Amino acid sequence: MSSIAKPPVRHPGLHTNALGLTRRDYEGAMSTLCAGCGHDSVTAAVVQAFFELDVEPHRVAKLSGIGCSSKTPAYFVRQAHGFNSVHGRMPAVATGAGAANRELVLIGISGDGDSLSIGLGQFCHAVRRNVDLLYVLENNGVYGLTKGQFSASADVGTKAKRGEVNRQRPIDPVLLALTLGASFVARGFSGDKEQLVPLLKAGIAHRGFAFVDVISPCVTFNDHEGSTKSYRSTRERYHEVAPVDYVPLRHEIEASYPEGSAREVRMHDGSTVRFRKVGADYDPTDREAAYATVQRLQAAGEVVTGLLYVEQNADDMHALNETVDAPLVSLPYEDLCPGGAALEELMREYV
Amino acid sequence: MPDVRVGRIVGGEPAPNGGHPPPADDGSRVNDFAFKVGTVNGTGSASANSLLRQAIFRMGIPVSGKNVFPSNIQGLPTWYEIRVSRDGYTARTPDFDLIVAMNPATYARDIAEVRPGGWLLHDSSWPLERALLRGDVTFLGVPLGEMCIAAFQGSRERTLMKNIAYTGALAALLDIDLEVIGGLIREEYGRKPKLVDSNFRALHLGYDFARQHFASPLPIRLETMDGTAGHVLLDGNTAAALGCVYAGATVGAWYPITPATSLMDAFTGFCKRFRTDPETGRKRYAIVQAEDELAAAGVVIGAGWAGARAFTPTAGPGISLMGEFIGLAYYAEVPAVFFDVQRTGPSTGMPTRTQQADLLSIAYASHGDTKHIALFPADPAECFHAAVQAFDLAERFQTPVFVVSDLDIGMNDWMVPRLEWDDAYRPDRGKVLDAEALARIEKFSRYLDVDGDGIPWRTLPGVHPKGAYFTRGSGHDEHGAYTEDAAAYAKVVDRLARKLRTAADAVPAPEVRLRDGGSPLGIVALGGTHGAVLEALDRLAEQGVSVDYLRVRAFPFSDAVGEFLRAHERTFVVEQNRDGQLRSLLILETGVPGDTLLSVRDYGGVPLSARSVVEGVLSQLPAPVPA
Repeated sequence: MSSIAKPPVRHPGLHTNALGLTRRDYEGAMSTLCAGCGHDSVTAAVVQAFFELDVEPHRVAKLSGIGCSSKTPAYFVRQAHGFNSVHGRMPAVATGAGAANRELVLIGISGDGDSLSIGLGQFCHAVRRNVDLLYVLENNGVYGLTKGQFSASADVGTKAKRGEVNRQRPIDPVLLALTLGASFVARGFSGDKEQLVPLLKAGIAHRGFAFVDVISPCVTFNDHEGSTKSYRSTRERYHEVAPVDYVPLRHEIEASYPEGSAREVRMHDGSTVRFRKVGADYDPTDREAAYATVQRLQAAGEVVTGLLYVEQNADDMHALNETVDAPLVSLPYEDLCPGGAALEELMREYV
Repeated sequence: MPDVRVGRIVGGEPAPNGGHPPPADDGSRVNDFAFKVGTVNGTGSASANSLLRQAIFRMGIPVSGKNVFPSNIQGLPTWYEIRVSRDGYTARTPDFDLIVAMNPATYARDIAEVRPGGWLLHDSSWPLERALLRGDVTFLGVPLGEMCIAAFQGSRERTLMKNIAYTGALAALLDIDLEVIGGLIREEYGRKPKLVDSNFRALHLGYDFARQHFASPLPIRLETMDGTAGHVLLDGNTAAALGCVYAGATVGAWYPITPATSLMDAFTGFCKRFRTDPETGRKRYAIVQAEDELAAAGVVIGAGWAGARAFTPTAGPGISLMGEFIGLAYYAEVPAVFFDVQRTGPSTGMPTRTQQADLLSIAYASHGDTKHIALFPADPAECFHAAVQAFDLAERFQTPVFVVSDLDIGMNDWMVPRLEWDDAYRPDRGKVLDAEALARIEKFSRYLDVDGDGIPWRTLPGVHPKGAYFTRGSGHDEHGAYTEDAAAYAKVVDRLARKLRTAADAVPAPEVRLRDGGSPLGIVALGGTHGAVLEALDRLAEQGVSVDYLRVRAFPFSDAVGEFLRAHERTFVVEQNRDGQLRSLLILETGVPGDTLLSVRDYGGVPLSARSVVEGVLSQLPAPVPA
């Protein structure tokens, strides 16, 4: 266990957001993951992101599949509904929830087993549908709950705790998402909260499928010498290609950026994503260029992070479906049932 | 000049029956016979067959049509069977008085299937092998191909119009009102005058030829009557889709599969018509064509969890794939509606043939201890009402509900009472705490049996912070918290069992028909076999065998089902699967000893006939003791 229950006392000095809520109000149940688990850091970043975005907790719906990562929705935003579904099938459940109520702020938490093996098809099709969902893949390269088998994201040459070396090629979720036409593709590291929080905030603001792959080391089964997804290995090979600041609509923060490097993308809700340190040769709105860069750097052994690609004008599921603006769950029955007279008329066509 | 009645006989010898019709078997039979048309699929015969069926219906004559078609797009044999029954029997009959043989590939089979003394209409433009001829069948040769080649341009139109030409010939032979057919053609193609003209010409080619060359009408013929008032011709998938619209379903998810596809097609069509926002032109519904049936089930569960009425239409293979999600919805108590339009299994089986072989897999779908509510509509009209009931039951009991129909109900047009709607209906949303109620209560516990009926209260996401809970398929206690504690776990699953027992009294009660004074013999059946059983009961009664009947309309069984079984010395369980799945369910669920339940099974994939039921019952009755 990585945390202990905190007293329910609210310290008067706690910082509050625009809703008058403290960061604590965005926390959840006590984590039951191993001490030092990367996933707990991701949870902390999620808490921070929702808190800073002033999202009403009960408007959030947290969904997951099965696995260590999928336990984490219980650990943040306790005043939100959570849904721990079946292994690899969270995208479908999220699709249904989003279809029914488009005003829900959907966050899906998955893992590399959940997303890249058993749920690979679900992941791909949620991308295609462009479900309005922040999809976080807590990527550690192993199956934790079943004691350390390689997952589909394990790199060639990485060594398991008991010495076995992986020789199968990995599925890279970022390259996959780019290929599938994802409208928002990012990668973070659980050990870099400063970078991760803005990525998550931008992902929440993004209308459509926002994919954030987070390298999140497994301290118990994949943090040893020879593992390519250990804290140490990730830190050594860490490469921030496109770190961002997220600027909400009402905040006009003046920040200084190195000459010629600032680049802004206006999000659908009017907020802004500002890229820091993005090189002149990197264009996060050019899918092919992003793909080429990520692939080139990864081939050189680097862990490429940042908001790697963003497309703000892609139609999300409801735009593609041409759904009414009001959530379907809010439509009165009278607007849904054609009534007896219409049925009587219709029946004349069946004689 | 060749004898058109026998077509061009290979070898040039006269037909064995000399071109004369055999003596009429029993004089004329009005509004009580069956015929079928054998064609090649993809050649446009469906619209001709629909013309025939509708014209007969509009003449006021009870009619049913069965499409026996291949799992194929073009080029394989396909049949359309039409039965007219002044007594209103709707079941399929395997006894054909007349067969229209349009497909040389099936001549042998088609000719063999005509009842002795019956008729075979064929295209005499092509030779008919002499060896196929039968002395006890009258061959009616009509040069459909030749006539259409002469009258029409282009191969497509010539092919299509052959179908209309045989329709014309049948109109003459069976005395179908040409005015009625003409009216249908004008309704169908009114906006395309050229097509109307072609159809009329083709219709008359066949009609005039038959009038000139054969003694028309035949002894099997039609006469206008008043037997269809208040009825419609409707298929079950269309009716079920309409039920979803009327029930207020807003989310439909599916993966295309025969024979359920037309349900979602119909839902899409009705929604475009009735659910388009008049101002914006946008949709008051969402349809997700998922990547597979697993995802379709997930979408439905996600939408149901969020508060929408959601459904998925599928068939047996889909039910197999959805298994894990079905268990989740059962255990996490999420409303979801599944339509299983059963087809022939196991595995891919025969996708275009009917069966009732998913009963066991639905009743206890998914691993672990589960049990599910299932409704068994007997015809398309019941599909409409069952759809609405399914959503009410799913929300009331917070659990998956299955509407179990089959290919015969789902895809064939049945004559059923016109659908009616009570505008006073309001959806039963079950126990849902709204924001106001949540604001009032101190603490919400998702799985607590507050009212003692096994049904807890639920909340929807996005409504109120106090309603939040963690939905999970993992072990949970009454408050929704994760548990591995034996007692806490058992408390929840025991309540689930209680909830499903409560449901047995809420689902549609069985339909019971007792003979005068009751009989020691009973029949139990469900679903689309109803028509065949009713007809069989009449035939058995004519033979002095009096049988009571109970039609199961839902699972879990209400007490009335077990009582019926216990009240009869022997009960014949009639069903369309090999293993007697309904019989097994009855033994398991009612505790009635199996030796009182005899099995009548027909599982070849075609709709059940009364003859199968009668033979199945009689063959298992003890021989009468000699006096």
